[in-house]
Amino acid sequence: MEKKIVFCKGGGCTAKLGAGVLDRVLSRLPKGPKDPGLLIGYDSKDDAAVYQLTEDTAIVQTLDFFPPMVKDPYIFGKIAATNALSDVYAMGGTVKTALNIVCFPESMDLNILGEIMRGGAEKVLEAGGILAGGHSIADADVKYGLSVTGVVHPGRIYPNNGGRAGDLLILTKPLGVGIICTADRVEEASQEAMDTAVRWMTTLNKYAAECCQNYPIHACTDVTGFGFLGHLHEMLDGKLSCHVHAGQIPVIPEALDYAEEFLLTAAGQRNRNHVSPFLEFQGVPFAMEEVLFDPQTAGGLLIALSPEEAPKLLADLRDVGLPARIVGELTQREEIEITVTMDGNETENLEVLEHD
Amino acid sequence: MIKHVNAMGDTCPVPVVKTKNVIKELGDQGGVVEILVDNEISVQNLTKMANQKGYGVRSEKLAENQFQVIMEVGEGAAQQADDDAPETCLVTPGGKKNVVVAVTAPWMGAGNEELGAVLIKGFLFALTQQDTLPTTILFYNGGATLTTEGSASLEDLKSLEALGVEILTCGTCLNYYGLTDKLRVGEVTNMYTIAEKLLGADLVVKP
Repeated sequence: MEKKIVFCKGGGCTAKLGAGVLDRVLSRLPKGPKDPGLLIGYDSKDDAAVYQLTEDTAIVQTLDFFPPMVKDPYIFGKIAATNALSDVYAMGGTVKTALNIVCFPESMDLNILGEIMRGGAEKVLEAGGILAGGHSIADADVKYGLSVTGVVHPGRIYPNNGGRAGDLLILTKPLGVGIICTADRVEEASQEAMDTAVRWMTTLNKYAAECCQNYPIHACTDVTGFGFLGHLHEMLDGKLSCHVHAGQIPVIPEALDYAEEFLLTAAGQRNRNHVSPFLEFQGVPFAMEEVLFDPQTAGGLLIALSPEEAPKLLADLRDVGLPARIVGELTQREEIEITVTMDGNETENLEVLEHD
Repeated sequence: MIKHVNAMGDTCPVPVVKTKNVIKELGDQGGVVEILVDNEISVQNLTKMANQKGYGVRSEKLAENQFQVIMEVGEGAAQQADDDAPETCLVTPGGKKNVVVAVTAPWMGAGNEELGAVLIKGFLFALTQQDTLPTTILFYNGGATLTTEGSASLEDLKSLEALGVEILTCGTCLNYYGLTDKLRVGEVTNMYTIAEKLLGADLVVKP
């Protein structure tokens, strides 16, 4: 058991570098000549690259790995894979192949590594992909993830900054998994809360993405390390504003309890620092603020589409068992980029979570 | 009393957890907690907690990768840190408070009962005009006469009921006053429900 405590030092997307730090580094990288085949690269702040090969095929390339955020290696493997596969879905693509990325201490029990990779392999299969190889490094700490390749029709790519004024925003998974894993690390999370968090962290965004294929999606991203507000800020891209109805946002209820106990991550505070200048909270309780900044591991999709289509997509998402909600609307650029109010009936959200 | 917390090398939320434990040890009289951390984000998370809890807080950069946070915990505040029962505000963040009005007599306040009868009629009418309505109005003991035949407040109580306010009258009390078949608004209830409503309220208003 001792080894398992060492195994989990608090990871997942809470281990991500802050967006502020990254911006500075990325902006200084040398850029080669433009290649018209590169449809989406880091210029657009998307997590994945999309490269057009033929008239009707582009590849989606993505990579994600991190240290364990749960004590069980098998579950960690599933979560890491769910998270890595998610980027393909956020682009509108389907998964084809995946390669393992492994950092593992030589002295550690290899059965643990076996369990991690078993969890990852299962998720790749569920995604309909092929686990085709990988690369392993001896390292002081455990890290695991995947490099995933998918395909997408060039005309059906979801950029993360393609939203339009008037669009409604849909979020497909509940927030709060970062706070719950953090509380778990100091042994203050209930088993029930952890079970719920794990359940959502191992739910592939495949099912949400399949619902999306029937609708004209303007913008899509997956909510991960930068938290709901951080990813929303990227989606707005300095061109739009957003009214967020925090009362409508699906939340794992215990996350609010643990936030109230200040079981908060450093990454959550970095997210707050990064997004606060663009933000105004109106009557939002402290705990809910923290949940909105909470770094998510394998979080849900955040989707922008027209107000005519949004309720139909919402119904489809609910039909496949996701606690999706319309959580806000995009507007023309306003003085304050993101305004968050408590509009909406949050008790209804809690019921949804308890039913399933 | 001054307590020290060394959270150098600790990652969030460990500095906060260590600090909370020390604040508990301070007990009722409060005191000062000096915390050492090695990064600014920890300083920010500690400051956030202090601000939420109403503690005095200041911080200083002592050296590269060494920061000191000083919290002043007022008298009684440490106890509160432990006893805070967050469920009520957390389950319904920013939501409507569960206000229960308990009417225990056919008059309002102590003193002249004739005046008190006018006041309670005025109070129940005033309730109908509020933006924020109570969830429940309980009538027990002498209050039970207000929901029964001959009460001057029946119209106001019916309006409140129509607006979604739960009107409950104690059955034992109706029986005692011989009013069991004279109830004209709301439902009959028992002591179990009355106790539950009073205990479950965020705020009990007793006119």
